[in-house]
Amino acid sequence: MTTIVEKENRSVIRSAVLSQGTWQKILAFASLIALMVVFSVASENFLQPDNLIGILQATAVNGVLAVAATFVIITGGIDLSVGTLMTFCAVIAGVFLTYWGMPMPVGILAAIVAGALCGSVSGTLIAKMKIPPFIATLGMMMLLKGLALVISGTRPIYFNDTPNFPMISQDSLIGAVLPFLPIPNGVLILFIVAIVSSLVLTRTAFGRYTFALGSNEEAVRLSGVNTDFWKIMVYTVSGGICGIAGLIIASRLNSAQPALGQGYELDAIAAVVIGGTSLSGGRGTILGTIIGALIISVLTNGLRILSVAQEWQTVVTGIIIILAVYADILRRRT
Amino acid sequence: MTPLVTITDLDKSFPGVKALKKARFDLFPGEVHALMGENGAGKSTLMKVLAGIYRKDAGEICIEGVPVDIASPRAAQDLGISIIHQELNLMNDLTAAQNIFIGREPKQAMGLLLDEDALNRNAASIFERMHLKLDPRAEVGGLTVAKQQMVEIARALSFRSKVLIMDEPTAALNNAEIAELFSIIRKLKDDGVGIVYISHKMDELKEISDRVTVMRDGEYVGTVPTASTSVDTIISMMVGRSLTETKTEIPDLSRHDVVLEVRNLQRGNAIKDVSFKLRKGEILGFAGLMGAGRTEVARAIFGADPLDDGEIIVRGEPVTIRSPRDAVRLGIGYLSEDRKRFGLATGMDVAANIVMPCLNRFLSMRMFLQARAIRETARSYIARLRIKTPSDAQEVRFLSGGNQQKIVIAKWLARDCEILFFDEPTRGIDVGAKNEIYKLLNALAEQGRAIVMISSELPEILRMSHRIAVMCEGRLTGELQAEGATQEDIMRLATQRRSLTADAPGAKMEGATA
Repeated sequence: MTTIVEKENRSVIRSAVLSQGTWQKILAFASLIALMVVFSVASENFLQPDNLIGILQATAVNGVLAVAATFVIITGGIDLSVGTLMTFCAVIAGVFLTYWGMPMPVGILAAIVAGALCGSVSGTLIAKMKIPPFIATLGMMMLLKGLALVISGTRPIYFNDTPNFPMISQDSLIGAVLPFLPIPNGVLILFIVAIVSSLVLTRTAFGRYTFALGSNEEAVRLSGVNTDFWKIMVYTVSGGICGIAGLIIASRLNSAQPALGQGYELDAIAAVVIGGTSLSGGRGTILGTIIGALIISVLTNGLRILSVAQEWQTVVTGIIIILAVYADILRRRT
Repeated sequence: MTPLVTITDLDKSFPGVKALKKARFDLFPGEVHALMGENGAGKSTLMKVLAGIYRKDAGEICIEGVPVDIASPRAAQDLGISIIHQELNLMNDLTAAQNIFIGREPKQAMGLLLDEDALNRNAASIFERMHLKLDPRAEVGGLTVAKQQMVEIARALSFRSKVLIMDEPTAALNNAEIAELFSIIRKLKDDGVGIVYISHKMDELKEISDRVTVMRDGEYVGTVPTASTSVDTIISMMVGRSLTETKTEIPDLSRHDVVLEVRNLQRGNAIKDVSFKLRKGEILGFAGLMGAGRTEVARAIFGADPLDDGEIIVRGEPVTIRSPRDAVRLGIGYLSEDRKRFGLATGMDVAANIVMPCLNRFLSMRMFLQARAIRETARSYIARLRIKTPSDAQEVRFLSGGNQQKIVIAKWLARDCEILFFDEPTRGIDVGAKNEIYKLLNALAEQGRAIVMISSELPEILRMSHRIAVMCEGRLTGELQAEGATQEDIMRLATQRRSLTADAPGAKMEGATA
């Protein structure tokens, strides 16, 4: 008798688990494919290689930022400063390379370290001073926006003295090896960042604590884990990744544009949410986030090809975000 | 006189538990009827059925002689039944008057605007009826707990309640505030309101109640007039079940080392001058009623809450424990009574939870998780503690309470803790799993681990403990050798409030240890 009940329980449990983990990705991925089918039927230009590469190119910056945001959101936090932090890091690269004439690797390192430092400041505000993440990063968002303008004197910094700088995102290493696949480096960087982040989240103690913090911070603290330290680390890593995004965007524009950046954080958060990462923390995947970022780019690109007015593109993106989150809620309820 | 409320043969089940079995209760107008029983006896469940929070499975409820079906809290309110919960349900940022009339605000200007004046006038007239001096415009968050309770009572009265249910109303009140509450209860009595009073505190019941009904294990035990019944009779009615479980042998621990000693722990009102010793291989039972401060003591020693004062000595060395991290390093583990909130990351899998406190041991290059080693460790504990789970990759929230508890235990065994605090280790666990947990505790003690077991179930305390410490209101009211101790002894210490303790505890302790 008990064994029968047990067996039934187990099969119920198994199917529940299966649908939980895989559903998330399947649904997001299916929506991406569906969107692409719709657009390719609607316009023959959509599936042109140039256009597809353009979509990837457009995903690079938002994708990297969304990966950064994913770390924070898995802990149950939020980071509103990713966009302006990206700009700040781009400006720092400009200061090192153009103002001070340092070699390119130093500039790259400086941007990433600046991002990590700013992230650790946010993390400290949140973990040690107990300021809610929304407020702490809202403050950082404005602070960094202002600093970027102050440091650059409100003018763009051009990378004319560093001729190789645009190559960071615009050249194609893959294209040099496989000429039929001219994928720009910016996209390559996105994939590398995504793969490394995914490994970090699933295979390292850092990743384990990231999920654990979002799952039940108090239980983790009572397990004797230094939760404050790991939380600061999460924001630090996230900030470093924002630095990488800063390099990609600066390289693509061949300049650090200090006025840019605000608004990017919302696109990044949208990508994370569409990708199935829970805003209440504890669950999420990098793959989901990348699919989420691609959905946003495909949507923007497809609507533009169909000559839908810019204003309406924003409306549609908004609707998609609401639908994605609602689908997630429906899935959880069953 | 027709009773206000008559409940007969009421049944109520929750998944896995029969909470009420043919429960009975009645209440007359102008009466304070106390409802007593151990934790889990079914008092709150019975009253929640009456207040429309739970639906009954079977049985009958009559209000003034008429059978009724109470489908929702709203329906109960319409019948004139109000409940004041142990945890107050007030909106701290609103005023007293706004709280009382929330959802029923008087309107003006064709229903478009709130009539704040009428609101405050109505509230003031209720306060007047209660002979209570309170400004209706006072923000509730700024009031004392006692005053907040008065606001709850006023809200109940605003529904013209005939039946007022109070669930442990004095849990958070000091003596002066209790006196204030009692004078209001007496006035309500004079107005013909029937009051159901749930409490653990004997002296209060003696003072305020007219009759006492005792429940045990979801069943009706009896109803007695308060004035002519002794406290001892009521206690024996509460604990009267026979003890069939076999008692464990109590080992001679006098030559074992003291691994943990605490002296004069102090923390606000929750912990008052608590000192005790714990030996290697010993199970020290911490008895007391809910809110007696036992959990607070455990959490303070574990570094989860800060201490105001006191010394902690681990293996002969005085130590400072500022965080759970310090405690874990000293080999102290704490298994929370609230597994879901404090013990487990329920969204994560079994293996992740088991290795959480000792993840450092499973890293290569101090960074990468050794997935196979983690899985092997998890599997060995799943086998050793007989945790029923389809695999180590199962999310913890899909497992039963007993298995979740075993995972919490596995977690601390994997960390190799020598001193373990078990806070209500069998709460919400069915009987079979309970026995397994008991065996596990005994085995751990035999291996030489020192265990503090906090439990509100007296049979469990008597069965498992080698020594019993009893707490009441933040103080240790006595220590008993388990040999020969009875439920009555413990209950007496657990209900001993400061006002009554003048001579009793010393005599008790001597009597027990002699």
